[in-house]
Amino acid sequence: MSKPLLGIILGAVIGFLDGLTALFTPEADQIWNIAPWSSLKGIIVGLIIGLYARKVNSMSRAVVFGLIVALFFAFLTALGQYFGEGQHYWIEIMLPGIITGGIVGYGVQKFGAEPKVADSEI
Amino acid sequence: MTWLSDKTIHHLRKVTNLPDLSNTKYKCLQKVASGGMGTIYLAEDTQLHREIALKILDIPDPDGDLADRMQQEAYIIAALEHPSIVPIHDVGTLPDGRIFYTMKFVKGRTLADEVKKSTALPEVLRIFQKLCEGVAFAHSHDVIHRDLKPENIMVGDFGEVLVMDWGLAKLLSPGNKSHTLLNKTTYSNKSKKQKSGELSSTLKTGRLTEHGTVMGTPAYMAPEQERGEIDQIDQRTDGYSLGAILKFLMASLISEEKSKTSSNSLFKNRPRKIPKRLNAISEKAMSENKGDRYKSALELVAEIDNFLNGSPVTAYKENFLEISWRWLNRYKFLIFLILVYVFVRLLIFFLGNL
Repeated sequence: MSKPLLGIILGAVIGFLDGLTALFTPEADQIWNIAPWSSLKGIIVGLIIGLYARKVNSMSRAVVFGLIVALFFAFLTALGQYFGEGQHYWIEIMLPGIITGGIVGYGVQKFGAEPKVADSEI
Repeated sequence: MTWLSDKTIHHLRKVTNLPDLSNTKYKCLQKVASGGMGTIYLAEDTQLHREIALKILDIPDPDGDLADRMQQEAYIIAALEHPSIVPIHDVGTLPDGRIFYTMKFVKGRTLADEVKKSTALPEVLRIFQKLCEGVAFAHSHDVIHRDLKPENIMVGDFGEVLVMDWGLAKLLSPGNKSHTLLNKTTYSNKSKKQKSGELSSTLKTGRLTEHGTVMGTPAYMAPEQERGEIDQIDQRTDGYSLGAILKFLMASLISEEKSKTSSNSLFKNRPRKIPKRLNAISEKAMSENKGDRYKSALELVAEIDNFLNGSPVTAYKENFLEISWRWLNRYKFLIFLILVYVFVRLLIFFLGNL
């Protein structure tokens, strides 16, 4: 499977599972809203990581890039929560969010297929 | 009368020991090594101004058999163009009639010396894989080396691996590139032409070594080779030697580890004992029964790949615990990330409920 496609799938699944953990937060009553949005965020993050991993064939770089991209999107989500509902979920959203980025980065680089080299590039 | 100084005498001794290369374009610089059949000298190609290795037959050869063998060696190397096979440049005869050939002068260390350096297990296995690939290439041309051992493998300064000393090599069947090349080769000297023709016919029948003749290095020799069963020799005979080399590499890594203090960080990637799966790979390659060995050197490469990637190897049947341990080792970083995630989630949960 290509790295961007694997990134999308991994991002969607891990994002959805990460969203489901909101079940353990009593205040988060809109769980069926949170999980799909978290999944959508995961898809975007996964796609970006997958595109990067296709260019750079390094595990450590893919993981670090995953952490950074996930941090950025988690920050945007937490910012949205703050401006939308005035709630401070910085730690709750950002800290686990960063780690999921690392997991996606690792998974994409470990299991994603290398791009095929066109004859003209050889 | 003028007395010669010790220095002059030493120089004269050295010079008189060097071969006469007067009718060639080479200038002999120094003796490098001696083998069973010939001596290797460092020489200079005076036309191209580069250093080359020059191998000369230097033992009495009344029947010309050894000269035939050396010619065969030269032809075989010439037919095998591969990054892991030392390239040959020229073949000819000296004014005294002895045969010589020139090849690339490899600057590096033998595999035996290389493994004494601070080399980690994966690095050693990659060197071993390169060696297997070179041998597999020779096998694809129906050439069996028959004397693979750490002393015959050179590792260059840039990590290149070169298989040397093809003096005992055997051609398996006619109709391959090596034979084609042999038939095309001509000599300026009439007697040599005749000799070359004889050699070609000898090689076609694969009978330069008669049945019952034992040649090679005992520690790395397959049982069928040790018994002198020439007809039984095939790719798997070299496969046996590759297994023995793998075992030697593992043993060397461990003995080097033991001889160093554990605080030396250079040696931290060396194994403390031979991994069971790797040991099983070498055992399989060294099976007494030829049918139980790896069918090709490339199969051995793939098996080492599996070992390095943490995938199962065909040579070793794991129990459940070993499978789990290998799996944990293979995905340790992923497991670490997941555990950190779970820990963070639990921490947030408990702190939120305080």
